[in-house]
Amino acid sequence: MKNMKRSFASHLLLIVISAVMMYPVLWWFGAVFKPSDELSSASLIPHHPTLKNFSEGWNAITHYSFSIFFGNTIGLAVSVVAVAVVSCSLVAFGFARMNFPLKNFWFSIVLLTLMLPNQVTIVPQYILFDSFGWIDTYLPFIIPHALAGGIGGSFFIFLFVQFIRSIPKELDEAAKMDGCGSFKIYSRIIVPLLVPAIVTVSIFCFLWNWDDFFGQMIYIQSIGKFTVGLALKMFVDSQSAAPWGQLFAMSLLSIVPGAVLFFFTQRYLVEGIATTGLKG
Amino acid sequence: MKRRRNRDLSMTGYLYIAPWLAGFLILTVWPMIQSIYFSFTDYSLLEPARWVGMSNYRNIFTDDTSFVHSLKATVLFVFLSVPLKLAAALLIAIMMNRKLKGMHFYRTVIYFPSLIGASVAVAILWNNVFGVQGLVNQLLSVFHIEGKNWIGMPETALGTLIVLAVWQFGSSMVIFLAGLKQIPGEYYEAAAVDGAGKLRTFFQVTLPLLSPILLFNLVLQTIGSFQMFTQAFIVTKGGPVESTYMYALLLFDKAFAHFQMGYASALAWILLVIIAAVTALIFATSRAWVHYETEGS
Repeated sequence: MKNMKRSFASHLLLIVISAVMMYPVLWWFGAVFKPSDELSSASLIPHHPTLKNFSEGWNAITHYSFSIFFGNTIGLAVSVVAVAVVSCSLVAFGFARMNFPLKNFWFSIVLLTLMLPNQVTIVPQYILFDSFGWIDTYLPFIIPHALAGGIGGSFFIFLFVQFIRSIPKELDEAAKMDGCGSFKIYSRIIVPLLVPAIVTVSIFCFLWNWDDFFGQMIYIQSIGKFTVGLALKMFVDSQSAAPWGQLFAMSLLSIVPGAVLFFFTQRYLVEGIATTGLKG
Repeated sequence: MKRRRNRDLSMTGYLYIAPWLAGFLILTVWPMIQSIYFSFTDYSLLEPARWVGMSNYRNIFTDDTSFVHSLKATVLFVFLSVPLKLAAALLIAIMMNRKLKGMHFYRTVIYFPSLIGASVAVAILWNNVFGVQGLVNQLLSVFHIEGKNWIGMPETALGTLIVLAVWQFGSSMVIFLAGLKQIPGEYYEAAAVDGAGKLRTFFQVTLPLLSPILLFNLVLQTIGSFQMFTQAFIVTKGGPVESTYMYALLLFDKAFAHFQMGYASALAWILLVIIAAVTALIFATSRAWVHYETEGS
């Protein structure tokens, strides 16, 4: 009886906390269907629901619809994820399974760069990429990730290393007996077992690049190459009186890809954060 | 150095880490060296860098009120948002550390703001929520409290960003929760046998055992908060009167609005030194409050 009472109290408290945290988000969901005269109401449900915010917002920027911006961002994020997963898992395999001189030294550098603020290198990196002629292309995002760097690069190496270390070494040894070289061990044994970590890395890499507003703002200049984030910012700036309904509608759509990915893979994701957080 | 047995020690490993090593040398080490050099120059990208000695640093420390404002705003932001965020994360993690139906649902809901919080979209939402006509004022008017122009006033603008940061305590909470799950039940039983109350159990069992994770979260959040950009750029635009002019905004303006690459490089190095000093300080004090179990697990 006492137990039931206590779990009831816990539920009540958690529901209240969840409600408070989700209130702005739920209000946002409602607001996208509200005509503009209802927007300054705290009510969650629109009285006269409309889809106009979506249809008008989608084409609010002249000559460029949001299809272009979504296409750009998805293309950018997907290519970055693809190269990051390959490069970071290879590097992690090297650290977790191979023996080579200075290994521990280099790995401690990986951990150190985990804490290195991005902003320290952003100025000279910009100058470097500018000299390569990479401004206004997606290369400043793709190439660093292909070299196991970029946003979250060291974190992904670390996460993969932790995961590979938990795979029994006997599997490698058995494969070695069968005459497998190290690359075959990586591709045939490790990669298939690495799938949960690959999912975690992919989601984080996708989300962090999707939200890398700072990087996108300095490297991308022509509107035709804009990401959703840049387009939203331009949308805010281009109007003297912000059309909030349309802005909310487009903003909401911009978080849909990340949210959908999250809900399909959250079990992996939350475990992934937890294990790396712990074993550090 | 003598090795008892030279087990597979070979250079093949370097093939695997080659991408990272190349990236590290070309995209981190080299830019950092260059950045030191640039910080002593006047460099606009259009003309070659011109050596000016210490003058960037001298100007920053003696002649740049924006630097003072941004440092103040950033330090205030870090020192207020990080402890609040971690306290919320820890408190709710402890509440969630029990077997309850629907825990998975609560965890998802509480984590969700962390997932979307860094986006331009949420920054736009926040700009409206704390606006004059926004949700916060609407809710206050229900209780007959007069609303404020939260974003437009220097006293409250930073607060809106802190609330936004604390709202995203979910990711720290998940890490705490995983740590709590690792604490063996026997410890709590022993505490109960000793007649320890809830509060004492928390301070003498839970907190010490969780302290390594607290350290991890503290370092991670502190470093991250020092670099906050998107929210300040969109929600408050650094204003009013530079009360939310985060360090990253200052750096961005100098480098990419005014193209003072040398000046911006000096700013970046100052930021690195500040972050390194704060991190070192946290680690130095950690010896006093982080409890490591003697047996390696």
